[in-house]
Amino acid sequence: MDSHAAVEHGPELLHHFSDAEQQRNAASLGMWLFLVTEIMFFGGMFCAYLVYRYWYFGDFGAASQTLDIRLGAFNTAVLIGSSLTVAMSIWAAQTGRRKVLVGLLLATILLGLVFLGVKAVEYHDKFEHHHVPGASFHFEGEVPGHPGLPVNPYHAQMFFSLYFAMTGLHALHMIIGIGLFSYLTYKAWTGYYTPKYYTPIENAGLYWHFVDIVWIYLFPLLYLIDRHR
Amino acid sequence: MSDTSEHISSPKLYVAIWLLLMVCTALTVGAAFIDLGPLNTIVALGIATLKAVVVVLYFMHVKYTHERMTKAVVVSGFFFLLLLLALSMMDYTTRGLG
Amino acid sequence: MATAVVTAERENYLNKEYGVRSWLLTVDHKRIALLYLVSVTFFFLIGGLFALLIRLELLTPAGDLVQADTYNKLFTMHGMVMVFFFLIPVVPAVLGNFLVPLMIGAKDLAFPRINLLSWYLYIIAGVLMLHCMLTGGVDTGWTFYTPFSTAFSNTKVVEAGIAVFINGFSSIFTGLNFIVTIHRMRAPGMTWSRLPLFIWAQYATSVIMILGTPVVAVTIVLVAVERLFHLGIFDPKLGGDPLLFQHLFWFYSHPAVYIMILPSMGVISELITCFSRKRIFGYSFVALSSIGIAVLGFLVWAHHMFVAGISLYAALIFSALSYLVGVPSAIKVFNWTATLYRGSITYSTPMLYAFGFLGLFTIGGLTGLFLACLGVDVHVTDTYFVVAHFHYVMVGGVLMGYLGGIHFWWPKITGRMYPEFWGRLSALIVFVGFNLTFFPQFILGYLGMPRRYYQYVPEYQVLNVLSTAGATVLGVGYLMPMVYLLWSMRYGKPASDNPWNAAGLEWMTSSPPPTFNFDETPVVDFEAYDYEHIPEKHEEEVAVG
Repeated sequence: MDSHAAVEHGPELLHHFSDAEQQRNAASLGMWLFLVTEIMFFGGMFCAYLVYRYWYFGDFGAASQTLDIRLGAFNTAVLIGSSLTVAMSIWAAQTGRRKVLVGLLLATILLGLVFLGVKAVEYHDKFEHHHVPGASFHFEGEVPGHPGLPVNPYHAQMFFSLYFAMTGLHALHMIIGIGLFSYLTYKAWTGYYTPKYYTPIENAGLYWHFVDIVWIYLFPLLYLIDRHR
Repeated sequence: MSDTSEHISSPKLYVAIWLLLMVCTALTVGAAFIDLGPLNTIVALGIATLKAVVVVLYFMHVKYTHERMTKAVVVSGFFFLLLLLALSMMDYTTRGLG
Repeated sequence: MATAVVTAERENYLNKEYGVRSWLLTVDHKRIALLYLVSVTFFFLIGGLFALLIRLELLTPAGDLVQADTYNKLFTMHGMVMVFFFLIPVVPAVLGNFLVPLMIGAKDLAFPRINLLSWYLYIIAGVLMLHCMLTGGVDTGWTFYTPFSTAFSNTKVVEAGIAVFINGFSSIFTGLNFIVTIHRMRAPGMTWSRLPLFIWAQYATSVIMILGTPVVAVTIVLVAVERLFHLGIFDPKLGGDPLLFQHLFWFYSHPAVYIMILPSMGVISELITCFSRKRIFGYSFVALSSIGIAVLGFLVWAHHMFVAGISLYAALIFSALSYLVGVPSAIKVFNWTATLYRGSITYSTPMLYAFGFLGLFTIGGLTGLFLACLGVDVHVTDTYFVVAHFHYVMVGGVLMGYLGGIHFWWPKITGRMYPEFWGRLSALIVFVGFNLTFFPQFILGYLGMPRRYYQYVPEYQVLNVLSTAGATVLGVGYLMPMVYLLWSMRYGKPASDNPWNAAGLEWMTSSPPPTFNFDETPVVDFEAYDYEHIPEKHEEEVAVG
């Protein structure tokens, strides 16, 4: 049945592809298309954010300034660091450094966990201050730059609804990513990936970088509204 | 296989890109505390976009890909996102006028 | 090339393995297509049952058959089942799954296991939807409009939402699979300008699936979150904007109409060329108009919201953009018509369905232009005019294409011919029944009968009785193929490899095809629809009708 049995290839080549390059190109294109769906998936939330930020800019500013900018910036740095370790792990796979590869993948997981830990601290803080949308939500304050103009608590709640929705969806993606990388680490440790075949690492890496890019936008949009006032 | 194998970026380049991204992060935090008027948002999003482009080009290897398709996919993804945002905002920004 | 009789014992994808397990765990795109065929037909029957009850209720002006609440649930579930579980998957998941690899000369889709996953997601979503319907149902309309769906409806909105969400991922994975397959798996020589137009249509559809579906998925998530926690995202009392929901919803759900109609248009291109034995007129225009419809389809969504309170300026622009979609659609219709011109036309069943498509789609499309016009739309919004319009496109168009395609490729799928007489009869009955059902609704709408009410003033009764009578005829027309196609699987005349003498790679392998489609990967050295170079058939083979 397999007419190309004579062609030399690894066990990872599936029957319906004619060669490893075709399989790799298919996997890569598939991953990129999946990331496009992810862009649009987050896009719906970005659209909601944009609309309400346009309507309630002052209230959004006041709510945004209750977020801890140091933790936000720290987490940004952590994620960028993890993107570096992911990029380096591709290099390690391409050059066949198995131990380095495992180490870099572990470092990625570790940085991902640090990010989630900091996020948990921030969520806990919001919970303490009754900034979690719902029945016990409470927000008082003035619109930045407009002394005496009180913040509409509904509009502040809208900010926090979007904050939790967007960062929550992002965190969910991080958790999935950490799961993926745990599996990759195990496979890499067994020596499954070679300089000829490392497509899963490449594709998981694309996913991780995408999640990083989402955060690159979330950070200024959520933490940096009207900070100068 | 050698003719079809992917471009291998050096770790030095990756570290340089990482440094650039960290500098951009510092810049964006700093810029947020300076009153630039309406430019604040634009600067923040501009830097974010710069960072995103750098990640896409260097970390995600789009700069080195032979596949025009990959580039087309990335561009169309952002294009349709912008379409969603722009056409929705077309409604919201003009509601008070009519 | 094809000898007339196929030996029955040749190994193919149907007789290679037997047993439930070999079907439920299959990764063969052809078997998955058949799994879809069975499951979408099941949901079509469910949706059809709801339609029947709706038409029965509307037979008389009084609300006498069901309660108002029940009626709301009936049209909601009719819409949800038909849109999400029938019309969106029907042509891509059944015909597309079966044909995309065959037409481009590939052994399978690029990701066979993800293809199976798509089907399972569809089934999980479908079971959830059934459970939701059996335990109370939903009454929001298939559109889930807020704030009714988030704050007021006391039906199972969240459960239906989850079903639609999961089903969305089935659709996304199908689209992703098709795009990668079409890009990466084409046989040597199968260039883009040689691709069958069905493939172009599937490609355009897949683009919409990938770009649009995630937006509706996240919107449904927001509705569920809003309903459970009352955050105010769509609630005007809490500062939210219900129209934001409509924007996000229609960003997907308007292009979703093109997810339904584009694949059928692809089928029509195949049918018209084959049965007029001519190369398609203006191949590249027809091909690119599919992409044009896919892209333009994303620019027009707010024409569903003209009277909902969007800004006048936005409404004007969306109105103008909506007209633009008419251009690529018209290009297709004109090119099909030009293909027919001086062709040697055979009136076989698939061709009759194709003619039906041309008629119904043209009516549906032209009335779409009425609705794109801001001034007219204000008059007919939420009337039966709209109902008639979208049924002409989504049911008239899509189902004509689908049924035409099913008949056309039935010999390839099953290795058996369907009975030609009954086929032609069903095509005729469907066409007559459809027009009788939905044309009166244009008039009703124009006279002002609003949609989604279970009662109406007596003046509207005559037209409503006509419509209900038509629906009965239409129902018979739809049931007939189910009966005789099932019959033909056992008793039909064995089909040759290429009973229509048609062009295209799928006709160059045996009927039914072997598991990996081709014994040897084909090399394509001919243009698409090269009917000038395909000899006419022998008389005895044409004699099927």
